[in-house]
Amino acid sequence: MKLSREEVLNKALLARIGLSDEDVEKFREQLSNILENFTILQEVDTSDVPATAQSVDLKNVMRDDVVMPSSSQEEILMNAPRREDDFFRVKAVLEQEG
Amino acid sequence: MDLHQLTIHQARDLLRKKEISSVELTKAVLARIESVENRVKAVVTLSAERALEDAGKADKALASGENGYLRGIPCLIKDNMCTRGLRTTCSSKMLENFIPPYNATVVEKLEARGMVLLGKTNMDEFAMGSSTENSAFFPTHNPWDIERVPGGSSGGSAAAVAADEAIYTLGSDTGGSIRQPAGFCNVVGLKPTYGRVSRFGLVAFASSLDQIGPLTKDVRDCALVLNAIAGYDPRDSTSVDCPVPDYTQALVPDLKGLRLGVPKEYFVEGMQTEIRDSIHAAIKKLEELGAEIDWDVSLPSTRFALSVYYIIAPSEASANLARYDGVKYGFSYENASSIWDALEKTRQFGFGPEVKRRIMLGTYALSAGYYDAYYLKAQKVRTLIRREFDEAFKKYDALITPTSPTVPFKIGEKADDPMQMYLSDVCTLPVNIAGIPGLSVPAGLPGGLPAGMQILGKHFSEETLLRIGYAYEQATEWHRQKPPLN
Repeated sequence: MKLSREEVLNKALLARIGLSDEDVEKFREQLSNILENFTILQEVDTSDVPATAQSVDLKNVMRDDVVMPSSSQEEILMNAPRREDDFFRVKAVLEQEG
Repeated sequence: MDLHQLTIHQARDLLRKKEISSVELTKAVLARIESVENRVKAVVTLSAERALEDAGKADKALASGENGYLRGIPCLIKDNMCTRGLRTTCSSKMLENFIPPYNATVVEKLEARGMVLLGKTNMDEFAMGSSTENSAFFPTHNPWDIERVPGGSSGGSAAAVAADEAIYTLGSDTGGSIRQPAGFCNVVGLKPTYGRVSRFGLVAFASSLDQIGPLTKDVRDCALVLNAIAGYDPRDSTSVDCPVPDYTQALVPDLKGLRLGVPKEYFVEGMQTEIRDSIHAAIKKLEELGAEIDWDVSLPSTRFALSVYYIIAPSEASANLARYDGVKYGFSYENASSIWDALEKTRQFGFGPEVKRRIMLGTYALSAGYYDAYYLKAQKVRTLIRREFDEAFKKYDALITPTSPTVPFKIGEKADDPMQMYLSDVCTLPVNIAGIPGLSVPAGLPGGLPAGMQILGKHFSEETLLRIGYAYEQATEWHRQKPPLN
């Protein structure tokens, strides 16, 4: 079954990716085809199987909270597309309701 | 022999004997890059000036008696590992102008050993792909046939070693991205155990699967590079705190006492007969070298690995790549009408089609109503795949498979069909799912195109894999063959 236009647009919104109309149609086709292949997993009985999140058995990795050198403010800002003084510059987050 | 053709251990010996200098060696490799790069296109950023400075420093250090097996030896690093002050792009428009303010741990470790850094290699954008055609800049060509792909995503790193554009390179492997291109380019490639090498400073793709490893001209070199980059790093909480052996000690040229299994599910339907024949012949060679072979091993969950991988990897990617917002670094859309518009257009125009496809797929698998059916189900089947490997490694010291079901395919051949492209990693994906190590070694040149043999072992069994690869290499000549580039 082919994904609906709305479903594709909803995932694009969640992922914050703008799509052209052409992209939407292409993704409807391609994602449906890929998801179709995943139905094979429904054959597997996993009722008593725990999930694996990662493959090496490490748990609760902690380190002591000690002061260490870190990057300077200048280094952190040097790749900023837009900066103002020591800040990243962005468009207004809260806009006035008109 | 021309200097650019040297292996690490050959170059190391000549440097120690003062028969060559690092500057001479570096100039020879730079000249080689100059003469073949217009055909191979393995390099995204060349840092010739820095390389010659590094080489000068290495020569001084060598003259003052400082040693070390990598000192003064020129390498290239995949462009998803941060190099302080040197552009790191992930072959993406999103990071085209990104200058890292810090080094990845592997880069720090190699620098401490006197690395000569020639530059950064091309890759599939954000390491998503199997052919290096997904680079936002240009595709890399296979030195064995420049109309064919070098594999991916570390295609630049593999092609560069095959074409002698570096003495060795680093790659990263999330579902086969070191081993598959190594197999396609007739070089040695190792994906170490998950946790063996620190990923601090590796641009994250799928964090439960990503691992860094070497691509080299022979197995001894692979052991040497692994010695340098392996080990615990407090800055990567998934790195494992266990001792690092001297991997070169494992290199003995016989396989007496080893039990090897051949899992039948890896000789899949649709695999090319020339690959099957090459790998069968290679396994018979392993038997001659003293190994006991069981040809009838079964890992039935293997057929689910592709689906498990293409749910888990995109899901993790969709979370990891959320950081590209056009605010802190990277591409940023200029003429947006609002902050939301800026975010959506930055990601629309900054990411290429495959990256967007995987983010969309991952977002789908993690979204409300689908999480249990896709992501959680995949994690449970992941457990089954891992358990099957665990069981197999109680009986066998290693498993032997092809690295890829086909020889390198033509550029453009699979570019429009994502599912066909995904299938080219069918032999390598299960390894990342289970977190085990995998080594690909050259095992044939049917019709003049490379066939790779994959050697798999339990967690932290790199010594066994290297021993098998080394013994095989000592008994064969495949790894010495050079592509017809001249």
